[in-house]
Amino acid sequence: MTALHDIPAWAALLVAALVLIGSSLALIGSLGLLRLKSFYDRVHAPTLGATLGMASILSASILYFSLSQTRPVVHEILIGIFVTVTTPVTLLLLVQATLYRDRLEGRNPLAEKPAPGPQERG
Amino acid sequence: MSGSVLLFALAVGQLFLALAMAAAAFRILRGPRAQDRVLAMDALYVNSMLLLLVFGIGSGTTLYFEAALVIGLLGFVATVALAKFLMRGEVIE
Repeated sequence: MTALHDIPAWAALLVAALVLIGSSLALIGSLGLLRLKSFYDRVHAPTLGATLGMASILSASILYFSLSQTRPVVHEILIGIFVTVTTPVTLLLLVQATLYRDRLEGRNPLAEKPAPGPQERG
Repeated sequence: MSGSVLLFALAVGQLFLALAMAAAAFRILRGPRAQDRVLAMDALYVNSMLLLLVFGIGSGTTLYFEAALVIGLLGFVATVALAKFLMRGEVIE
């Protein structure tokens, strides 16, 4: 890792905080991938890193390169738009395929849940 | 002083993202069924994209941004193709 460019102290601290927040969220999401029990629970976990984690690391990158090159560098927005558009599409297709495969094997994953109580219904 | 804080935060962020990739890789190895492995591969792609972005901040060049963009594009295509394969048994109908 080479020497970092000179950026103001507040910006360095802000970039550090954003990177830490984003990587912690990605780590929590991937640990959820390990710990949750069924596929339908696990499909929610990585979206933590794919939404807020990605957004905070991208804004750290935008802030750092805009200040170190002294001009606005916003091409990271491309990744942001692309991932935000594509993540729901991929996960919906994947859950659709999983439901289809579960029904082919004669299992109904939605019937395995306990019956909702009176206060949850509606 | 703030520069060393930034260096430390970048190192910790890279460590966290590497651990996240390891967790996703473990789920790929262990995942009981095929859809678990595809989901873990999607998480692996996103985590490696974030790791490249953090590495790009540390190295100070914007070269790594393009690699991250390519990883994002290919990850989307790969996951959609695998989901279609799980659904239909073939990718291009």
